[in-house]
Amino acid sequence: MDIQQNKSTLEVTPRNDKKIKKIWKTAGILLALTIAEFIMAFTMDRGILLYALFIALTIWKAKYIMMEFMHLGDEVKPLFYSIIVPLIFLVWLLIALAKEGSDIFNMRW
Amino acid sequence: MSAQSTAIGVSSKRGVWGGGNEPLKASYGKLMMWFFLLSDIFTFAAFLITYLATRVTYPAYAGPADSFVGSNQYWPIPELVFEAVPFLHGFHAPLVFVGIMTFILISSSVTMVLAVEAGHRNDRNDVVKWMLWTIVGGATFLGCQAWEWNHFIHGTEAGSVLTYINSLNQEVTETVFGANLMVNEYGPATFAQLFFFITGFHGFHVTIGVVLLFLCFYQAAVGVYDKRGHYEMVEKIGLYWHFVDLVWVFVFTLFYLI
Repeated sequence: MDIQQNKSTLEVTPRNDKKIKKIWKTAGILLALTIAEFIMAFTMDRGILLYALFIALTIWKAKYIMMEFMHLGDEVKPLFYSIIVPLIFLVWLLIALAKEGSDIFNMRW
Repeated sequence: MSAQSTAIGVSSKRGVWGGGNEPLKASYGKLMMWFFLLSDIFTFAAFLITYLATRVTYPAYAGPADSFVGSNQYWPIPELVFEAVPFLHGFHAPLVFVGIMTFILISSSVTMVLAVEAGHRNDRNDVVKWMLWTIVGGATFLGCQAWEWNHFIHGTEAGSVLTYINSLNQEVTETVFGANLMVNEYGPATFAQLFFFITGFHGFHVTIGVVLLFLCFYQAAVGVYDKRGHYEMVEKIGLYWHFVDLVWVFVFTLFYLI
């Protein structure tokens, strides 16, 4: 298709190198954290410490994706909290089901 | 300037109570996308927390890694289940393939955020370029997942000997190959069930995402967004796509690392 034919009437702003650099930096951090998880999976003993580190690194990655890629940090505070605060319910679900699961374990084995 | 180009143009005649204002300084579409994603977070979180709860009801395999045999009496070690790579039959490469998949999905998230950035600048050529890369990444990820499922379903050459209750309600002891919803060679039946449900539900989201990305790519390429005066649709589809990546980060940790 001839691109000139329906040329945009919108004004095109030139690239902001600082913003683009920040995106690549975030991508680098995500990659580094994933590689760290890989190395830990093969070098550390399986156990509570390793699992806690995995979950901490995962939440750290999730923070970068939500704040930098999804720009949740740039939204106004009420919107930010209306997304983050309801996640508190999940903490309860996690505690309740973990207790349930370990009780079943004790009954079964 | 950027606020003008990304916000939906609302007629000043509509007034504050007629839809002329933007609550939380986000457009209707973006706000609804966020609330949809919040509900989807709950769905996925319920799945993943169920996985954790089920996992702790079984003892984990505690013996040495090289003598691991699948059994429905204990939970398998993920790096010994997911250790195959396409074209390298019989080659033991723990977690390599899923690592590649994770890398592909994170990369497609990066190209998506670059497309959103280009949309802020009304730069059609850049939007089209990065959207295309994102579609390529998403489609490649889906292809990888299809291979992963295929391998998981067909299983290893050795299989494992299990005692289980079959679909005719009889207790049988036989060599089981691969996985289905009744029985699997890797571990308890719930291991494969949860794997199919959670990665399947995630893959379904990725599929929908690729379709949406393609529509958005097409509309950007033919100039729909130029006529509309803003590239906000790229931003909304982008939110969804990042969410899919976000979920994968958790699926990766829970299924493949823990």
